[in-house]
Amino acid sequence: MSAILIATLVIAAVGAGAALALAIADRYLAVKEDPRIGLITAALPGANCGGCGFAGCDGYARALVAGEAANGACAPGGAAAAAEIAKILGVEASATVRRVALVKCCGTRSEAVRVGDYNGICDCASAAATAGGDKGCRHGCLGYGACANVCPKHAIRVEDGLAVVDKRLCIGCGKCVSACPRKLIELVPASATIHVLCANPLKGPEVTKVCGVGCIGCHLCEKNSGGKEAGHFTFDGFLAKVNYDNPPEDAAIVAKCPRKCIREDAHFETGA
Amino acid sequence: MKTVKSPFQFPGGVHPRYHKDLTADKPIVDLPPPATLAISMSQHLGAPAKCLMKPGDHVVPGQLIGEKSGFISANVHSPVAGTVKAVEKRPGPTGALADAVVIETDADQPAATAMPPLDWSTASREELLARVEAAGICGMGGAGFPTSVKLNPPPDKHCEFLILNGAECEPYLSADCRMMTEHADRIRIGVEIMRRILGGPAVRIAIENNKPGAIKAIEKAFADISGDVELVVLPTLYPQGSEKHQIYATVGRVVPDGALPIAVGCVVENVGTAAAIADAVDRGLPLTSRVTTISGDGITEPKNVRAPVGTSYADLAAFCGGERGAVRKVISGGPMMGFTVPNLAIATTKTTSGLLFLTDKSVFQYSSNPCIGCGRCLRACPMGLDPSAISCAMEAGDVADAEARGVMNCIECGACSFGCPAYRSITHFCRRAKISIRARIAAEKAKAAKKG
Repeated sequence: MSAILIATLVIAAVGAGAALALAIADRYLAVKEDPRIGLITAALPGANCGGCGFAGCDGYARALVAGEAANGACAPGGAAAAAEIAKILGVEASATVRRVALVKCCGTRSEAVRVGDYNGICDCASAAATAGGDKGCRHGCLGYGACANVCPKHAIRVEDGLAVVDKRLCIGCGKCVSACPRKLIELVPASATIHVLCANPLKGPEVTKVCGVGCIGCHLCEKNSGGKEAGHFTFDGFLAKVNYDNPPEDAAIVAKCPRKCIREDAHFETGA
Repeated sequence: MKTVKSPFQFPGGVHPRYHKDLTADKPIVDLPPPATLAISMSQHLGAPAKCLMKPGDHVVPGQLIGEKSGFISANVHSPVAGTVKAVEKRPGPTGALADAVVIETDADQPAATAMPPLDWSTASREELLARVEAAGICGMGGAGFPTSVKLNPPPDKHCEFLILNGAECEPYLSADCRMMTEHADRIRIGVEIMRRILGGPAVRIAIENNKPGAIKAIEKAFADISGDVELVVLPTLYPQGSEKHQIYATVGRVVPDGALPIAVGCVVENVGTAAAIADAVDRGLPLTSRVTTISGDGITEPKNVRAPVGTSYADLAAFCGGERGAVRKVISGGPMMGFTVPNLAIATTKTTSGLLFLTDKSVFQYSSNPCIGCGRCLRACPMGLDPSAISCAMEAGDVADAEARGVMNCIECGACSFGCPAYRSITHFCRRAKISIRARIAAEKAKAAKKG
């Protein structure tokens, strides 16, 4: 009987001692952390995609509280998360636009000229470093899926030699933008529906030699969308670019593009 | 001069089938200037030359058309008289785009307007060095490092050995072999000039033992040369012609990680470069042509051709009787390290040592399979790396692991892929790793420059 009593007392004494030590430690050794960090981390989507430029959602939350980051950089969270964070930080929320990736190329296997057979390792940068790539167009999508490999949401797949983004799944983290050796992926507002799917700024004859659907800079899209004053398009060399601050909305211009490189959400599966 | 056997042997290496018999006994023939030339401004390692031409300009042979634009850069001269048709971006053998001057050749070609000839035995070191620089000479072995930079080591480094690279270990190629057999006297003058510029180092001439004709010719031409000159006969082994391996094979020194040969007191020059230096000095001719081996089972008449730089591959093929059979692959350079080219519109440069036309019989198209862990690539790697582990790391996308395994020391010789029973693109994985690592280093540098 006494043995069990002693054991109980010893355990109780150890427990009491440890509780006391913990109570003292909690009072004197506590790390003061801003409670807002936890709240903001909870408000973020927790995808840890790194698209904001910080190491995960927690890193971004710390940077926000420290005033080192601007609110609204979280693409997956979008406006809802920005509003929540603004409430926690006690500041005004600025309007954020949901951005999604756009692969600016529509040169499928049947349209774009391939100049050779590439049988090296399946990777865009490797293909680009081998005689400039097997695609005749030096600005087009190589289709070896460097973007698809880095996409945290599996929103990109390669179809018919061309990377295709699924608009519903894309969280706009921008990892594919930096993975593409041809630099032809851009983050564009998800609300824009008309896009120029070409990134080749060369003159018409150079483009038509290598692709059946490359932009030749004929300016027809600009004319058909209300002229230069309307400002729906800008031009880089012989390449039309959609002005995403003021995107065109009239779908009639799509059919009028003689090169068929202006598409209406061609790479996006809408209906989200 | 004495002839010795190579005293040191590096680990690894492979024995590909050489096929040198196709051209090794064929004398060098001159290609008449083709109708048009496309002369690249980026024929050397380093910054591209600054183009001095505009469409409509008339040029004479030997005229400066591209001026060196940095410390590591080289001049470019016109090999022919003609009219500049265009200055445009053209792809080179590697696929990289560079400015090229397109020249339509005149019907009559005057003799090259030369720089005044120099007497190498009395000219000063500075005069000789300036001439090498002015003549736009760069390494003709393949990398194209500007020779004037190599011959002018920093003042704290002393050159003890000048190694003349006549190994030509790539299969098919015989351009260097023919240069040594036919122009050993010119090579000797080039060596004397380089020796003068470098302050009298010992000279080692390295030749593989599968070129008895070249060895005999060099022995004859160098018989009465004074000073410490040795002909080192190397065993036939790929990649014997690699700079680092040649230094080890001839003088037993190991070039440290990421360092240049001058770190161990060595300067390595190709035999073709030596002959070009001789031409630049005692004949005053800039470097505007080179010997290229056109070979393979897909060409009617394999030849060693001296062609002006800027000659299109199509013109070279036509000069050799055109393609024969179903050509599957055209390689610029040797089959181990050369570049497969997508079309024949590409033009030669100062570094085009060979052009191979290979049919289905010689080309094996494969796809990369999983590593079976046999270790054959470890035995083949002349740098002592673990190519198997590097390729597996790259398959898993782990660049950091590849870097930790020393992939930056890879010389991309292709010995690992050559013997791989699983047909893995090991060298390609190594090249991919190096691209990523270089890109990362460049990004870090840019970031640091932005900050500070």
